[in-house]
Amino acid sequence: MAPDFDLVIVGGGPAGLTAGLYAARARMKTVLLEKGAVGGQVLLTDWIENYPGFPDGLTGFDLMEKMAAHAGRFGLETRTATVASMDLAKDVKTLFLQGEGSITTRAVILVTGAGPNKLGVPGEAAFTGKGVSYCATCDGPFYRDQEIAVIGGGNTAVQEANYLTRFASKVTLIHRRDQLRATKIVQEKAFANPKIAFRWNSVVTAIEGDSGVRRVLLQDTVTGLKDTLDLQGVFVLIGVSANNQCIPLDVVGADKDGFVLTDSEMRTRIPGVYAAGDIRSKEVRQVINAAGEAAVASWMAEQYLSGYE
Amino acid sequence: MAGDNVVHISDAEFDAKVLQGGVPALVDFWAPWCGPCKAIGPVIDELADEFAGRARIVKMNVDDNPATPGKYGIRAIPTLILFKDGQVLDQVTGAVGKAQLIAMLDKAL
Repeated sequence: MAPDFDLVIVGGGPAGLTAGLYAARARMKTVLLEKGAVGGQVLLTDWIENYPGFPDGLTGFDLMEKMAAHAGRFGLETRTATVASMDLAKDVKTLFLQGEGSITTRAVILVTGAGPNKLGVPGEAAFTGKGVSYCATCDGPFYRDQEIAVIGGGNTAVQEANYLTRFASKVTLIHRRDQLRATKIVQEKAFANPKIAFRWNSVVTAIEGDSGVRRVLLQDTVTGLKDTLDLQGVFVLIGVSANNQCIPLDVVGADKDGFVLTDSEMRTRIPGVYAAGDIRSKEVRQVINAAGEAAVASWMAEQYLSGYE
Repeated sequence: MAGDNVVHISDAEFDAKVLQGGVPALVDFWAPWCGPCKAIGPVIDELADEFAGRARIVKMNVDDNPATPGKYGIRAIPTLILFKDGQVLDQVTGAVGKAQLIAMLDKAL
């Protein structure tokens, strides 16, 4: 019996929509599965100014709306469904959907992305949504004229610290090292911003409060000295972890952090199974390379499928 | 039409439409400046169609209606709170999947 689809794309972020665009134009019988809303992590970003072709920048939401419309224009079918598990080892692959049976396909592109890391300190879970946030663009306006902290030193943390000064009276950037990892132009903006203070070599050991967050407990990573910082909000922007819950990692192969391993053409070790975007084991996680990798994955899937004609 | 079953409410309507609404109500606290809020809009529309008559799917714009989010301590959106018989039954923050929201609603029915 012929499988339901030529290609199933698992995830609806920039990589998924790009893979879908290429697959639709190649006239592969394709469906894109997304558990919630298309867009992915880029929706958490207030402003994208490093995606070529948009010299004035645009919001993450606007970019994703354009990508979804672009794929839709060529007839990409998208479905709201959560993949519970996958059987990928065989020639015809089966994806089991939560509460909705299963679908079969010849090829699969894994583009499930990544999600924000948690700190893992006392108080973090209890105050999530009540002062602890992972999305500056969603929650920044709740902190007008209040004092907040951003935890992290990478691009996301420093860029969003800049953004949050639109609302907060003071933003303290707490970083465990003595220098930032963010791109230089982003760092320059932060150092020039009078509303941003820096706490170097510091880690948060607990988040405390009552009906909302009131303070964080800090420890100096060099001297070991403890301190507290009074504030109303904490934005945790300390990197990402893989959205791999539905992926059989032992079958497709993954690195120690659970990101899927591929070769330079986005092939996993299972024929017909590809990975692209943030779920891939790699150094750089940007919208632009997610899209680029997805184009390659879709192209390789098309070649693979041509063997079945 | 998708979305026709979603009820948009104000602070003034919250008591009548949610707390004393007679059926479980899932309230989506959102704002136009929040990308994930806008992105889950279609999921909320689908839920409203699928649960029509059994549960009320409600949206509240937190910019226009600060009192209710303040009362429930909401400082992050999208936050979805499930109410039954005037009580908070469950609460989730972030653009969660449709299956998770269905499971939440099923428990209240």
